[in-house]
Amino acid sequence: MADNKKLEGMIDSTPIMKDYADIESSKLPEYQIDSKIPEGPVAEKWTNYKAHQKLVNPANKRHLDIIVVGTGLAGASAASTLGELGFNVMNFCIQDSPRRAHSIAAQGGINAAKDYQNDGDSVYRLFYDTVKGGDFRSREANVYRLAEVSSNIIDQCVAQGVPFAREYGGLLANRSFGGAQVSRTFYAKGQTGQQLLLGAYSSLNRQIKKGTVKSYNRREMLDIVLIDGRARGVIMRNLITGEIERYAAHAVVLATGGYGRAFFLSTNAMGCNGSAAVQAFKKGAYLANLAFTQIHPTCIPVHGEDQSKLTLMSESLRNDGRIWVPKKKEDAEAIRAGRKRPTDIPDEDRDFYLERRYPAFGNLCPRDIASRAAKERCDAGFGVGTGNAVYLDFKYAIERLGADVVRDRYGNLFDMYQMISDDNPYETPMMIFPASHYTMGGIWVDYELMTSIKGLFAIGECNFSDHGANRLGASALMQGLADGYFVLPYTMQNYLSDQIKVPRFSTDAPEFDAAEKGVRDRIAKLMAIKGTKSPDQLHKKLGHVMWNLVGMGRTLQSLVKAVDEIEKVRKEFYSDLRIVGEANDLNTELEKALRLEDFLVISRMMAIDALHRNESCGAHFREEYQTADGEAARNDQDYMYVGCWKYTGDTEKPILLKEPLKYEAIQVQTRNYKS
Amino acid sequence: METTINVNLKIWRQRGPKEPGKFVKYRVENVSTGSSFLEMLDMLNQQLVDKGEEPVVFDSDCREGICGMCSLYINGHPHGPVQGITTCQLHMRKFHNEEEITIEPWRSAAFPVVRDLMVNRNAFDQIQQAGGYVSFNCGGAPDANNLPISKEVADEAMDSATCIGCGACVAACKNGSAMLFVSAKVSQFALLPQGQVERARRARAMVSKMDELGFGNCTNTGACAAECPKNISLSNIARLNREFIKAKLAD
Repeated sequence: MADNKKLEGMIDSTPIMKDYADIESSKLPEYQIDSKIPEGPVAEKWTNYKAHQKLVNPANKRHLDIIVVGTGLAGASAASTLGELGFNVMNFCIQDSPRRAHSIAAQGGINAAKDYQNDGDSVYRLFYDTVKGGDFRSREANVYRLAEVSSNIIDQCVAQGVPFAREYGGLLANRSFGGAQVSRTFYAKGQTGQQLLLGAYSSLNRQIKKGTVKSYNRREMLDIVLIDGRARGVIMRNLITGEIERYAAHAVVLATGGYGRAFFLSTNAMGCNGSAAVQAFKKGAYLANLAFTQIHPTCIPVHGEDQSKLTLMSESLRNDGRIWVPKKKEDAEAIRAGRKRPTDIPDEDRDFYLERRYPAFGNLCPRDIASRAAKERCDAGFGVGTGNAVYLDFKYAIERLGADVVRDRYGNLFDMYQMISDDNPYETPMMIFPASHYTMGGIWVDYELMTSIKGLFAIGECNFSDHGANRLGASALMQGLADGYFVLPYTMQNYLSDQIKVPRFSTDAPEFDAAEKGVRDRIAKLMAIKGTKSPDQLHKKLGHVMWNLVGMGRTLQSLVKAVDEIEKVRKEFYSDLRIVGEANDLNTELEKALRLEDFLVISRMMAIDALHRNESCGAHFREEYQTADGEAARNDQDYMYVGCWKYTGDTEKPILLKEPLKYEAIQVQTRNYKS
Repeated sequence: METTINVNLKIWRQRGPKEPGKFVKYRVENVSTGSSFLEMLDMLNQQLVDKGEEPVVFDSDCREGICGMCSLYINGHPHGPVQGITTCQLHMRKFHNEEEITIEPWRSAAFPVVRDLMVNRNAFDQIQQAGGYVSFNCGGAPDANNLPISKEVADEAMDSATCIGCGACVAACKNGSAMLFVSAKVSQFALLPQGQVERARRARAMVSKMDELGFGNCTNTGACAAECPKNISLSNIARLNREFIKAKLAD
């Protein structure tokens, strides 16, 4: 479909794009990637690791300081568990309380291989579904470990008093999520993330009271401090006073979430940002697989230019809701013009396109596939609403189960929908459209969750490791808690075991002076621009570029153009940004500007990563690479690796390193949700 | 159908906790009725920034009614005139053209104003730290299905656990009492078998911390539950009272 000569011309004419795919730096000895995967069969790796890792004795733990940035599921569970072990923990968040981290908004549930339903689930099957769901671009050993500890997470949360949904017999209830043929998702109404986060927050509170964890709210990390090549501290901005603060520790853990707000409009909270990843990147950590960003199929469509964020409608709705658009174009046109209502369209004129294309999984096919299928129908002229929406219809569930059962299962989601859209989903189908939701890519970590910087760890959504090119529903909560409760507390000890003789660090060290000066200079530079555009105005511009050119369907042309367009926004940012107020004061405009500056860096890397990956896999859909029936055409020969990027400068050509992916316990195949 | 309206705002502006504040009037035009209330404030702030003025500071994060960050007192009601929702879920279609809208911060001795509409709710965290947990270290938990819990009990505990810690209950109460907030957490754990061991200690510790932090007493006016965006029921307060008396009697 592409005119190759012309494309080559485009690449050549964009100097920074030249030769991307050919960089073979990973062959150089200084750029060897060691993912530290333990020996042995995949099912025994974690057991072996735990049996042979080094530990820190209790008396030494209290002399070791750990900084945990972020208080979401990963951050709060890590901070509390490290505190329980006896380490001295400092825990930071940008909100006014650790309880408000964006994990709280996760709705649908958490997966675990409990097999309580006796429907054939197992650790292996959860592992298999996750690797397959990720389109064979995740690290096998990490995913197996994730599936292995999934069961412990549910036990842990129940013991904390998390009120999961239960059956009348008193046992835990389950439901199904996309990409699985078993029922393994545990839930608490449509507020599972809230309940799990409040559970982790309660454990955290217990440690705060005990004094093992010190909690710092309304602080934003602006730099990571390295001493002799190891992460030894952070520079924070106190968001209330504007003061720049220094904190030192033996190790630093980033649990700062994803970079989905690069698209401006997303289901992420207003404060979600990719800044910690960018700071780590600039200090030498690799960013991996940034092109893998999840566009969630069931969000409430955009209403207008002043919209600040998008609201997700939980994937659990696809258990009972059926997705359709009109079969006839004239019906779609009539609906868009307001001449027909969805309820006027008889069943035989409705196109249940997911059931039609993917009979084996139907409405419960994975998110990337459901999103693309919606876009395909809308692009073909069958969209409803503004043209960018499809129906999610509960008429059939209400006929089958009765309105009361539907209300019991999804009542709060229906209320939420009605509040936003002013439509009653019990009477008329919901309108939904895909939106940016989650980022599978992120900071590269090894098996121990350590980045390529010694002593700097990354857990939860901000790392890259477990979801490959597409995350399955109800697996984000699982990964956040697995990392924080059951993985990092072990691997951290392996790192700190030879640090017990290292005395506490002083924040007067010259490295802290330099880092603080860097932060102050950076802020002063932005304050001095004194242009005319607010950070939000520029962020919206960046968001349009990202959504239109690096969104659900990408092409070589769109990505080359994206890099240029991002550069234009970057230039405008540095020449025309206006930050009102003062730097050494509470200043929400400055906060937004600092985050946007980092989004510009990460957006460019997303486009470059997407550009270099000449294949379609999972959520990364390059339109040039598709099968005859419109499915993703993967290229295992050339791209079965993690694309890791090393920073060389904001506008310089980054260095590509490749971590090859090997699958030993699972047979690599084409993803199939049709039969 | 969506349309646009103009609104006249009266907003409380205050530089810091110790500084005097005052109402300032603003006008925002062409607000889509499909916009959320906070998006309307975003529009106002864009106007202010365009004029080189400092934006109105207010808290918000998830903008879908679950994080508990947003906290505006709108036309005399915490989270505005519509029941059962947070400020971020309030939409402009609930207001009419040219309406005057008064916006204030939460007012309570225990929640000092930080700036404009942003308040300090650290007191809530401190109450939770006093006892809002089950003392249980990670690892070694029994199988989750070892202990059946009836659906009714689990559902009731879930209803209590739904509290988002926004502080609307305190703002709504003429005494500035935090009883609804405290009782929701105490109830969740009093209902569940996992919470039994520390049941009495928890009630005592959380109530005493609440008293220490300057929250007022409960006089059963019920304003808290009426204004709660998550419809946390007053029966939680009744349960807290029973829990507290039982704990005291056992002393």
